[in-house]
Amino acid sequence: MHFHKYEKIWLIFGSGSLIVFLMVLGFAAFWKGTHPQSHIETIDPQNIEAHEAFQAENLGLHEVEDGKYIVNIVASAFNYDLGKDENGDIVKTIRVPKGSSVLFQITTRDVVHGFQVAGTNVNMMVEPGHISRFETVLKNNGEFTIVCNEYCGIGHHLMFGTVEVY
Amino acid sequence: MSTKQLTFSKQESTLYMVFMHVTFVSLLIGGLMGLLQTLVRSGKYTLPFNIDYYTILTVHGVILGLVLTTFFIIGFQFSLLGKTVGISKKQLRAAWLSFWVMLVGTVMAAITILIGEASVLFTFYAPLQAHPAFYFGLAFVIIGSWIAAITNFRQLYVWKKANKGQKSPLLAFMVTINMAMWVIASLGVATAVLIQFIPWSLGYAETINVLLTRTLFWYFGHPLVYFWLLPAYMAWYAIIPKIIGGKLFSDSLARLAFILLLMFSIPVGFHHQLTEPGIDPTWKFIQVVLTFMVIIPSLMTAFSIFATFEITGRRKGYRGVFGWFRKLPWKDVRFLAPFIGMLAFIPGGAGGIINASHQMNSLIHNTIWVTGHFHLTAATTVILTFFGIAYWLIPHLTGRTLTAKLNRLGILQTIIWTVGMTIMSTSMHIQGLLGGPRRSNFSEYAGGEQVATWINYQLAQAIGGSILFIGIILMVYIFIQLAFFAPRGHEEYPIAEEESDALPTPKVLENWYLWVGLTIALILFAYTIPVIDIIKHSPPGSVPFSWPIGRS
Amino acid sequence: MMGKGKPSQKSASSFSLKGTFIAVMLLGVFILASWFGAYALFIAR
Repeated sequence: MHFHKYEKIWLIFGSGSLIVFLMVLGFAAFWKGTHPQSHIETIDPQNIEAHEAFQAENLGLHEVEDGKYIVNIVASAFNYDLGKDENGDIVKTIRVPKGSSVLFQITTRDVVHGFQVAGTNVNMMVEPGHISRFETVLKNNGEFTIVCNEYCGIGHHLMFGTVEVY
Repeated sequence: MSTKQLTFSKQESTLYMVFMHVTFVSLLIGGLMGLLQTLVRSGKYTLPFNIDYYTILTVHGVILGLVLTTFFIIGFQFSLLGKTVGISKKQLRAAWLSFWVMLVGTVMAAITILIGEASVLFTFYAPLQAHPAFYFGLAFVIIGSWIAAITNFRQLYVWKKANKGQKSPLLAFMVTINMAMWVIASLGVATAVLIQFIPWSLGYAETINVLLTRTLFWYFGHPLVYFWLLPAYMAWYAIIPKIIGGKLFSDSLARLAFILLLMFSIPVGFHHQLTEPGIDPTWKFIQVVLTFMVIIPSLMTAFSIFATFEITGRRKGYRGVFGWFRKLPWKDVRFLAPFIGMLAFIPGGAGGIINASHQMNSLIHNTIWVTGHFHLTAATTVILTFFGIAYWLIPHLTGRTLTAKLNRLGILQTIIWTVGMTIMSTSMHIQGLLGGPRRSNFSEYAGGEQVATWINYQLAQAIGGSILFIGIILMVYIFIQLAFFAPRGHEEYPIAEEESDALPTPKVLENWYLWVGLTIALILFAYTIPVIDIIKHSPPGSVPFSWPIGRS
Repeated sequence: MMGKGKPSQKSASSFSLKGTFIAVMLLGVFILASWFGAYALFIAR
C-alpha cells in the first residue's frame, strides 16, 4: 500500500484540523463546563409533582438572587406550562434583563418534546422520566421564540412561548 | 481487480430490475409528499381531504429514507456481485425471498401510515405509539435486508472458495463491507422493534424505556446514513474512473477507506443525542471523537477522486495545473450527475462536522439546518449518484441503450436538481441558524419578527421544492423510457480496472475476522458503560400515547 | 470519452498531482472556515 506524498500532507492537514476542532471543543467542555445539556436526574413521568420544581405554584420565572433566575417548565402535548401570573392569567412570555444568568429546568408529563429558545444556545431534548436543565447567560436583547423542536404529535407546531430579553 | 465481467442471465436482470421499479415508484410518491410539505410550510396552501401534515411527513421520510434507499442499494449491490462474483440458482431464490419479505414489510408500514395510524415520523420515537402493523412492517423490511446480506456473504464466500488465493474483486469487497455494517447496525433497531416496541404496542408490556429505544435507534441511525453513502462511494471509486476513461487510483487505499468506514460508522450514535438528558457528557464526547475518525476515510476519498481525474486527464495529454479538470466528460450524464453529488458533499460534509461538534450541536440541533444538511448529503450526494448509476444500469438490465436524447434529458434533470436543491437547502441552512425548527407544520407561533423571517425562508423552500419535483417527474420519465422504450442494444456496465503496474493489495485488508472484530470491539468500548448506566438509572417506564398522533 | 488526446501508457505515478493537491487543500480551507464561522456564532449567542 502506498500513499502519495501529497496525500500524506493532505491527510496530516485534514486530521490536524479535526484535532484542533476537538481540542477547542474539549477544552470548552471539560474546563469551561460548556457541555451540551446532559443533566442526569430521573423523575416519575406520571407523578412529576413529586418534584418541587414542577409543582404548579413553582412553575415559571423566579429570581433567586440579583441577576440570577430559574425558570421551571412542564412540557406536555401541546403546551409549555410556564405558570400563572399574579392575576391568575397563563404566562406565555418570560421577561429577563440583559446579561441575566438563567437556569431552564424542564420535564414532560407525556411524550418526548424539544425545548429551544430560538436564537440562543438553549436547545435541549425533553424526555419522559428525565429532567433537562441548562444554564446560560442571555447576552443579547430581543424577543426569542421558544419552540418545541422535537415532533410530539399533530399539534407539535402549536407549542411555543417567548423569552424577552430587555 | 479481475477484468472478467460476468453476463447477466434473463432471470438475474429481472431480479435486479424489480428493485429498481420499487425505487422509482418510491421516488415519485415520496417526492410528491416532499413537494406538498414545502407548499404547506409556505403558509399559502392547505392539504385537501383533511390530510394531516405529519402523515405526509412520515410518508416522505419512510418512503425515501428507508424504502427507496434500501431497495436501490440492495438491487444495485446484487448486480455488482452478479457482475463480479456471480450468483447461483439457490442464491437467486434467496434474493427473491429478500425482495418479497422487504416488499411485504414496506406495504404493511405504508398502509398503516397512509390511514393515519402511524404518524410517528421516520424515527418513531416512543412513547408515541403507532399501530402494531407499522412496527411489524419495519421488522419485515429489516429481516428481508438480512436475507439479502446473508446471500451476499455467501456469494463472495463461494467465489473465494473457487478462486483460492486470489483477492476478491474490489466491488464485491465493498458490497460485503456495506452489508456487514448494515447487519451489525440494524441489530440495534431490530432489538428495539422486536423486544421493546412490538410487545408494548400489543399491550403485553405496559411501559417502555424511552431513552433506551432512542439509544438503540441512533446506534442504527448513523450507520444507516453510511449505508446510503457507501454505494455512492463504490461508484466514485470503481465506476466513475471507467466512465471518464481512466483506471482505479488505488485498490488498496479504496479498501482501506471502506474498512475505516466500517469501523467508525457505528460507535458514534450519541452525536445524534448530544442534547439529551440521562447520558454522561464524557461518553458523548468520546463518541464525538470517534465520529471525527469517520471523517478521515472521506478525506482519503476526496484525494482519490481528484487524483483519478487528474491522472486520467494528464495521461490524455492535458497540461497545466487544472487542464485535466476542464476536459472531464461534462456532457456525459453518467459522469455529471455523480460529480454534482461529489460537489454537494463538500458543504454536506463540512456541515456534518459542525453538527457532530459536541456542545456546538445546540446551535443547530433539530433546527431545519439539519434537514438542509441531509438534503445535501442524502438527497443530493447519494441520490444524484444513484441517478448517475441508473442511467447505465437500467438499460444494461433491460437490454436497451442510453440514447443521446435521454442523456441530454439526464443532464437537464441534473441541472434542475442542482438549482432546486441549492435554493431549498441553502434556505433551510440559514433558517436553521436563525432557530427555525424542523419537522413542523406551518405555524406563526407567537408571531413577531423572528418568525416572520423564518416564513420568508419557507417560501424559498417551496420554490426550491417545486423545482425539485419537476426534476423528479423528469427522472421518472427517463426511468420509464430506459425501462420500456429506449432502443434495444447493449449498454456498458462500467467497472474500472487497476493500473497494469499497480502495487499488490496487502492480504491483511481482506482479513474479515480482524476488521469485524475491531468493529465490534469499538462498539463495545463506546456503548457498554453508557448503556449499562442508562438501564441501571432508568426512570419508571412510559405508558403509550396514541392520541397525540391523532389515533383514537 | 475525453475528446482529443491519445492515452499514453506511462505509469500513473509519473504524473504530477499538483491540481489534486490544490483542490483538496481548498476543500480543507473551506471546512476550517465554516467550522470556525459556526463556532463564532455559537460563542456570540
